[in-house]
Amino acid sequence: MDFLRPAAWEEALAAKAAHPTAVPIAGGTDVMVEINFDHRRPAHLLDLTRIGELHEWDEDGPDIRLGAAVPYARILDELRTPLPGLALAAHTVGSPQIRNRGSVGGNLGAASPAGDSHPPLLAAGAVVEAESVRGTRLIPVEEFYTGVKRNALAPDELIRAVRVRKATGPQQFSKVGTRNAMVIAVCALGIALHPDSRTVRTGIGSAAPTPVRARAAEDFLASVLDEEGLWESGRPIAPSAVRQFAELCSGACNPIDDVRGSARYRRHAVGVMARRTLGWVWQTYTRGEGEARCA
Amino acid sequence: MRVTFTVNGRTQRADDVWEGESLLYVLRERLGLAGSKNACEQGECGSCTVRLDGVPVCACLVAAGQAEGREVETVEGLADRATGELSVVQQAFVDSGAVQCGFCTPGLLVAADDLLRQRPDPSDADIREALSGNLCRCTGYEKILDAVRLAAARTGEAD
Repeated sequence: MDFLRPAAWEEALAAKAAHPTAVPIAGGTDVMVEINFDHRRPAHLLDLTRIGELHEWDEDGPDIRLGAAVPYARILDELRTPLPGLALAAHTVGSPQIRNRGSVGGNLGAASPAGDSHPPLLAAGAVVEAESVRGTRLIPVEEFYTGVKRNALAPDELIRAVRVRKATGPQQFSKVGTRNAMVIAVCALGIALHPDSRTVRTGIGSAAPTPVRARAAEDFLASVLDEEGLWESGRPIAPSAVRQFAELCSGACNPIDDVRGSARYRRHAVGVMARRTLGWVWQTYTRGEGEARCA
Repeated sequence: MRVTFTVNGRTQRADDVWEGESLLYVLRERLGLAGSKNACEQGECGSCTVRLDGVPVCACLVAAGQAEGREVETVEGLADRATGELSVVQQAFVDSGAVQCGFCTPGLLVAADDLLRQRPDPSDADIREALSGNLCRCTGYEKILDAVRLAAARTGEAD
């Protein structure tokens, strides 16, 4: 095994081009587990921790451009206001030790359907910056996930950053697991209201081969909010419409039975999370921030 | 490969390190610092918690080469090196009966020490959150929470 330690981004891209099977490592919270358990013996490890810009974020018009290796702990501390959904999800990742190392770039690279970043990225709207010596590709996050632990990266590409749309309305995240810490999601759901475009977006994790949006549910809810003038009036959403939204979210799932939960349970839980999180975001939209809740 | 980094204020060098090796393995097997414990090797248990450039991490998830040139603080660095006097957190664990089999203790000490550096007067929720990545199968955690509260109180008195 070779340990490649580029000091600059261009060097990292050159190394990835020269060794397309090199495994990028930043926080190591996925990669080191695979190496420790002998599940993976890459010929090259490509250490990205020396590359400063991967650990920085900045504002770019309507987006936050989040460096691929910014750890979850800093998302929690620094980006709660522009990226509330992602910050809520970041808070549920592992433990403090894991949040000090793990990053959204790593979550995207691993592309596990259970990754906690995926639902809020789908709900907020995000674009992955994939870069190689050939240039930069901007990949909408919903096109980035191509299968279980598979993504749209070419062998010579690395994730430079993810551009996440700044919140223009309330966002929520909910996750089912056996305790508050150190939990791989049984299933998870993110929701974002976008009053500026009068749209609603969702992201569902761990309930299909890839993270998915519940597009039918989003369209249904947007049309209810529109037709009944609820964006303006701020009146409550009819219980029948909330129920329909929850059913459509369940319907977007294509889950499996596994050690963490059954397909039937996941479908049910996604519906429950959809109903609850919609209630929370609508309350925030119409009445301002309520009390802090446990998602 | 050779890895050179600082451990508890001293420069340390390890030779013939395998490229896939963890920082934890280097600390325990190459540098003889067996305080950090090896259990789950997947970041679940927190027994190997150390500070890397001042930030608590699981040493089992840090590739050895990633520690090159960095500063690592392990549980061995908590007590006073000259006198051997225990740190406030260590003494509070002893006094509170927060140690049973002791395997999780080094990781908990590093995590608790870091918490009190960040928040000298933590709430119970802060303590639970800070220690949520450290598993203990003996104590039921109550005595550990007592110990952290005691350490916080003693730190407050000292100030």
